[in-house]
Amino acid sequence: MTELLSIKGLNKSYGGVKATDDLNLSILKGELHAIIGPNGGGKTTLISQLCGNVMPDSGSVHFSGRDITTMSEHKRPHLGMSRTYQITSLIRTMSVLDNLQLAIQAQAGHSFRFWSDVRRHQIERERASSYARQVGLEGQIQSRVDNLAHGEQRRLEVAMALTSNSCLLLLDEPLAGLGGQEAAEMIKLLDSLKGHKTMLLIEHDMDAVFSLADRVSVLVYGHIIATGPPEDIRQNAEVQQAYLGEA
Amino acid sequence: MDTTLLVIQLLNGLQLGILLFLVASGLTLVFGILDFVNLAHGAVYMLGAFICASLTFVTGSFVWAVFFALPLVAIAGYLLERFIAQPLYERDHLDHVLGTFGAILVIDTLAHLVWGPAGIAIPLPAYLDGQIEILTEIVVPTYRLTIIAAGLSAAAGLYWLVNFTRLGMLIRAGASNRTMVSALGVDIKTLFSLVFALGAVLAGLAGMLIAPITEASLGMGNNIIITAFVVIIVGGIGSMKGAFYAALFIGLIDTLGRAFLDDIFKLFMSSAAAENSAPALSSMLIYILMALILSMRPQGLFPPKLR
Amino acid sequence: MIVMNPTKNTTKRVAKVVILVAVLIVPLMLSTFGFTFYLDLATRLSILAIAAVGLNLILGYGGMVSFGHAAYLGIGAYAVGIPAHHWLYGGLNMVASTNGFLQIGLAILASALFAFLTGLVCLKVKGVYFIMITMAFAQMLYYLLVSISEYGGDDGLVIDTRSEFPLISLDDPLQMFLVSVLSLFIIMWGVRRIAKSQFGMVLEGIKGNEARMISLGYNTFRYKLVAYVISGVICGFAGALLGNFTTFISPEMIDWARSGELMFMVILGGVATTMGPLLGAITFIVVEEVLSSLTIYWHLPFGLMLIGIVLFVRGGLSSLLERGQKTDD
Repeated sequence: MTELLSIKGLNKSYGGVKATDDLNLSILKGELHAIIGPNGGGKTTLISQLCGNVMPDSGSVHFSGRDITTMSEHKRPHLGMSRTYQITSLIRTMSVLDNLQLAIQAQAGHSFRFWSDVRRHQIERERASSYARQVGLEGQIQSRVDNLAHGEQRRLEVAMALTSNSCLLLLDEPLAGLGGQEAAEMIKLLDSLKGHKTMLLIEHDMDAVFSLADRVSVLVYGHIIATGPPEDIRQNAEVQQAYLGEA
Repeated sequence: MDTTLLVIQLLNGLQLGILLFLVASGLTLVFGILDFVNLAHGAVYMLGAFICASLTFVTGSFVWAVFFALPLVAIAGYLLERFIAQPLYERDHLDHVLGTFGAILVIDTLAHLVWGPAGIAIPLPAYLDGQIEILTEIVVPTYRLTIIAAGLSAAAGLYWLVNFTRLGMLIRAGASNRTMVSALGVDIKTLFSLVFALGAVLAGLAGMLIAPITEASLGMGNNIIITAFVVIIVGGIGSMKGAFYAALFIGLIDTLGRAFLDDIFKLFMSSAAAENSAPALSSMLIYILMALILSMRPQGLFPPKLR
Repeated sequence: MIVMNPTKNTTKRVAKVVILVAVLIVPLMLSTFGFTFYLDLATRLSILAIAAVGLNLILGYGGMVSFGHAAYLGIGAYAVGIPAHHWLYGGLNMVASTNGFLQIGLAILASALFAFLTGLVCLKVKGVYFIMITMAFAQMLYYLLVSISEYGGDDGLVIDTRSEFPLISLDDPLQMFLVSVLSLFIIMWGVRRIAKSQFGMVLEGIKGNEARMISLGYNTFRYKLVAYVISGVICGFAGALLGNFTTFISPEMIDWARSGELMFMVILGGVATTMGPLLGAITFIVVEEVLSSLTIYWHLPFGLMLIGIVLFVRGGLSSLLERGQKTDD
């Protein structure tokens, strides 16, 4: 399998605290790669650097062979990577359909179209609803995001990442705050995406990680201490000591 | 250009800088701690000047007038906080802006009603009104030096208050963590009122100090408040240190620009062209500087630590 | 889905049409009965409403709270006054003209340029910084105009001649009114189209959650800048009309109290709605007329009213902001 995302020697510190410490990681095309690690281990900082929200102090990030280390955040989605947020980040005052349509438009070149009524663009409206269907929100397309249940918002979050024809999804704790039924639905959704998309999954729910992931990396104090198939990671002594042992 | 003029203009710049600091420090204090945007801060500055003017005629002495006017301005600040700011703390900044904009209209009109449309000149006592020779051949007005000295003492007092007293400790803690301060058993409401009144005193003092030079007049508050905004934007909103350096910087640049830009322009253009373009450019100088600084450092020169 | 009561919806639509028709017809009727004062009032109302519509594009739809939009009124007015001044008294042959198309073209160009340049700086920052910086730039223009003695400095300048157009004479109060009110209707319609367009949707998204829009791949800065320039141009056009209407230009037009009044109109009328700015302008003009006929100190009750509205409208004025969005179909 070919390498889709390659991270080499990444460093980021905040006032002397190393959030990312000489981090090396390679994500292969088509895999679901989970990153686990204790809280404060630098997982969200890593995602932020991958999507360009935070610039690393040193090191490099390559996506499909292209150096994107210092590329602006808004340019990266156009290369084919999109993200979801640990804390739901949606446009709360707009409808589900509007949110999805915005996500679709983002990929379709510029949006400097000033005249025709965007909510009457049948083709785009239809495409947006198809993504809503894919995550089981077809009954809610006209609802304002404000009025959705938490689980529904989490699914919309994933749906927005799907609309881009991204090959890489950066998923920051998609199960965060979800109850049993909602979590099961999300896991089913992620499972259905396996093979179609490359996914970098940050997650605390170990059962979900070990059932979904092709490979798992363990991030402790900003450094990857182990990478391998789920079974190996489960048995790795160092990992158990650093992380699983605590649980 | 001759040295005397340069020294005098430097002192004028310093004086403007210090007055700007007195106004800006209150703004930045209130914004940094209370997260409140107070447009009416300039109105308090004006109020200080007018109250001081009236009291000068009542007491017959400018110095006594300042002494009695300060607590009155503090009360004005307190009332502003209690009736307009306090109910708006939890609201959006837009509400702060509109509420205090309303307060400006009210205060300005009241001042118009009480003191009339014309400005009021404040006579200085003889011992402040003269000139003083600071270096050989260089004579400057005594009162300019008085303003600088008074302003610097106020700044030093503020520095001491914020850094070395219990109140200052609470103010600093309140800026970084409000819930913690209330958990300490401090009445956060009183603390906020005090901070607001303190800001009002500083602005009022600035208004009183400048009034003998410019007169107390209706538009004065609205003129200084926007320059004070420029100061805290350049310095970094919420930063006391930033406000201090930026105020001196802006004060000097503005004064020296107005005084010498035409001379500088005459070095490389005709004097008619210089006399036409210099006033235009010098009036925009500080705003252009603000734009340049912001494009390089969007958070200002001394952004406060993350709250 | 926001379920709307269909009859209520129709009532609303009828009410809107009634207001629009009234704005056009009532002043005409009053003026035929000899109350020309009301025609002038309606002209001023229309011009301020145009500016409010322009401000609403960024404040209401885009969430950018500009406290310096009176600057564009000034730019537009000076773009009419300066060419007229030079046409009468010589100098600056390049622009000296009374041609209305040239003057309005100049107003639009100058507003666009000012909005573009200041937008480059102030759109980099948010919140309070944005409010203060827009204010500062307007003040910069104020001091600039004060410093130019040729155009009257502090005192301003009387424009002795209005913009000239073929077939239209702005010297006729009736025609001045018709030009203003029809411009208002066209601009209201135009901004409504923009708000509902793809661009408008992006703007709404930026207002709702800019960080998310960036991570979706939008270069939000460019969208904001374009909106900011369009908004400035609309206000600049309003300024050109205002200059023609008052035949007087002065730095006072840029005073921040004017900017505050514009904000007042937009917010009170209901942000991010088509009718809001017009309703706000009507309210403002009525309040101003009524109060100032009672006392020259009308800013006192006006200020108290403003404070009262801010304090006692439940959830603050920003809640009107939210409500406005839902009810505007």
